[in-house]
Amino acid sequence: MNHLLSITDLTRADIEQLHKLTDSFAEVSRRSIPKVPALRGKNVVWLFYEDSTRTRLSFEQAAKRLSADTMTFSVGSSSVKKGESLRDTVLTIEAMGVDAIVVRHASAGVPWQIAGWLDDRVSVVNAGDGWHEHPTQALLDSYTIREERGSLEGMHIGIVGDVKHSRVARSDVLAFTALGAEVTLVAPPTLLPPSLVGWPVSVSHDLDAVLPSLDVVYLLRMQNERMTEHLVPSLREYTARYGITLRRVDALRDDALVMHPGPMNRGVEISAEVADLPRSVIVDQVRNGVATRMAVLYLLLGQGVEKVLGAEVSELEVVLDPDRARSGPDNQAQGDAKAGQRSSSGAGVRA
Amino acid sequence: MDADDVRRAIWRMAHEIIEHNHGLDNLVLVGLQTGGVGMAEAFAEALGEIDVRTPPVGTLDVALYRDDIGIRPVLPEAVTDIPVDLDGAIVVLVDDVLFTGRTIRAALDALNAYGRPRSVQLAVMVDRGHRELPIRPDYVGKNLPTRRDEVVNVSPEGVDLGEVVKS
Repeated sequence: MNHLLSITDLTRADIEQLHKLTDSFAEVSRRSIPKVPALRGKNVVWLFYEDSTRTRLSFEQAAKRLSADTMTFSVGSSSVKKGESLRDTVLTIEAMGVDAIVVRHASAGVPWQIAGWLDDRVSVVNAGDGWHEHPTQALLDSYTIREERGSLEGMHIGIVGDVKHSRVARSDVLAFTALGAEVTLVAPPTLLPPSLVGWPVSVSHDLDAVLPSLDVVYLLRMQNERMTEHLVPSLREYTARYGITLRRVDALRDDALVMHPGPMNRGVEISAEVADLPRSVIVDQVRNGVATRMAVLYLLLGQGVEKVLGAEVSELEVVLDPDRARSGPDNQAQGDAKAGQRSSSGAGVRA
Repeated sequence: MDADDVRRAIWRMAHEIIEHNHGLDNLVLVGLQTGGVGMAEAFAEALGEIDVRTPPVGTLDVALYRDDIGIRPVLPEAVTDIPVDLDGAIVVLVDDVLFTGRTIRAALDALNAYGRPRSVQLAVMVDRGHRELPIRPDYVGKNLPTRRDEVVNVSPEGVDLGEVVKS
């Protein structure tokens, strides 16, 4: 894996491997000294053309816990103001010698564009491109559900709210369904994408009808700026039909989780009391975000390819010759029985 | 070595650990992922039968501390679990095979994140030579001369030598 641009690039096995890796990094975060030297000397630059607090801080924390060096490129105080193009900006950053560029941009597809301009040596991580994708959010969301419930297989997950403008929803749908969950989008028609052809989801406009069957209710931020587009009559009406209140929580199953990618609008899509219930794992999502991004950065920057006998380690296996290490006549019979026994490729190759 | 030899070596080393440390006070066994974990448990069982107490057992994955990150695929295999505070403890690191010593160097580095042990000792089932760092074991099951390109496989059923082939 050289870049993380989209959940579609990942197989179910890839996502599960990332989750397993995230377990190890979550343990690092729990230590009294939560820092490992794994990415010493690696340089990661944040290229954020759009506002972000939690994603950038979360990536920053992840990089620091891995001992990587970081640089921030903030558009407001840069040559972009003087009219420098995206391509020139990226090539300038590359020339300074970076190992990864974490990019957020208001236009969909920018991370692909950047990955195409760069040398293969530099990894690109999509931290949100327009309304398109936000893959690390989907990885941390699915990790949080897995942490709480063991697996996503067979879960029914409702994604509620402004799906149309949400990159989180797009990435989440891909990750949740790849892991075997069933997803229902719940929103007024104006807040759904014009076409859902090819989306592996069902759609409902009635939250109360869907709530009792949900294992997870995933709330999207009701973006206030959408109000100017008159997509909903009023925020109060949106809250009345699609907001999660204590009354609606009662309709949920006892073990159902409430999730939100943040930042929350308390009192709009989620009431203040619901956000603080034990079943709301919103704080866990933020905590898991750091471990998830550690796993992503480590997987992109910490891997090398070792060749033994001109082949990669995964293509090798070990043939044991028990007679050589086991001595004494008593072992002869057992030795013969074991002659030619093959064990997995990794065994013993480790120094 | 066959299964009986491995079992006898564990018991001998367990006696040596108790003798060397005058008992099991503050002693913690830490098995290195993945080969040392089962061995650390075997040590705990043997020590528990020899002494009245069974020492706590932890596991350590040193992948994130290795010096060959970026040179070869290095992925953590399991979550590290250190159940007790290591400040002032006597840590016995347990691994199946001692080879270049680089895993042990990484382990010494990793232990720092969990506290400052009073002493760190090393128990291995097989010392196969070819050290690249000034590291030596305190307890050895068997010194086994090998070629660099050979593979040593240790399990409760015994110790085998082998070689790597393309599949």
